[in-house]
Amino acid sequence: MADTVLFEFLHTEMVKELWAPVARRGGGMSLSVLEGLGFRVGQALAERLPQETLAFREELDVLKFLCRDLWVAVFRKQMDGLRTNHQGTYVLQDHSFPLLVPMGSGPQYLEEAPKFLAFTCGLLCGALSTLGFQSQVTASVATLPACKFQVVIQKS
Amino acid sequence: MAVCIAVIAKENYPLYIRSTPSENELKFHYMVHTSLDVVDEKISAMGKALVDQRELYLGLLYPTEDYKVYGYVTNSKVKFVMVVDSSNTALRDNEIRSMFRKLHNSYTDVMCNPFYNPGDRIQSRAFDNMVTSMMIQVC
Repeated sequence: MADTVLFEFLHTEMVKELWAPVARRGGGMSLSVLEGLGFRVGQALAERLPQETLAFREELDVLKFLCRDLWVAVFRKQMDGLRTNHQGTYVLQDHSFPLLVPMGSGPQYLEEAPKFLAFTCGLLCGALSTLGFQSQVTASVATLPACKFQVVIQKS
Repeated sequence: MAVCIAVIAKENYPLYIRSTPSENELKFHYMVHTSLDVVDEKISAMGKALVDQRELYLGLLYPTEDYKVYGYVTNSKVKFVMVVDSSNTALRDNEIRSMFRKLHNSYTDVMCNPFYNPGDRIQSRAFDNMVTSMMIQVC
């Protein structure tokens, strides 16, 4: 099936294009454009995907929806682990993140990896914002292709 | 056939309100506004109740002598409110549910439109046409 690679190719080109002017200027990391793209996509996805499901009862239900339905819809696999401290912080673990798999496994390319996670951070943030939660999402990579997304829900 | 249809954002301001032009529009705006209280009450009751059934369709919110008001809330806390003529007795629950489902589908399409910023008033012509098809035809 060619469908999965279409998004991967598009995403790779997106990162390359949006990164190029920053690299030319020699400036530091500025991933806000990528995050903004992911944010708007996440907002639309979170409107469309839960359309037939019943109302979410609490925060944990929303996170479970992200780990299962959203991840399956975008990456064709479920999130491998979800941990929480029950006080608004959640760690989502993916042992083989599809957007990092083509880069190989191991410690090579570790510095380049955060660029490829910015869009997905925005995606999670946007989906959460439509479902009613202000959040901050950061991603970290220890070894490719496993990565962790840390979601901190802001109490309003 | 509905007499007035409103889409209200989660911060409780209207994204879209349309009523049949022959009547006094302010009256409908007021009815939709008062129905928001009932919607909020139902949503909070849903959260506290131990009943497993958490539906998006809220059902009849409150009846007045001329009109009946129905509500529906999405997972993103966007509310749809529909005012229906009481004299139109042929409208069954199923039909109201299917009208809300069509509204939800059209709203999702509006959300996915890249030229639409979430939180703005809905100005999509496709959405307008869908709502027109659901409202009473007044010549």
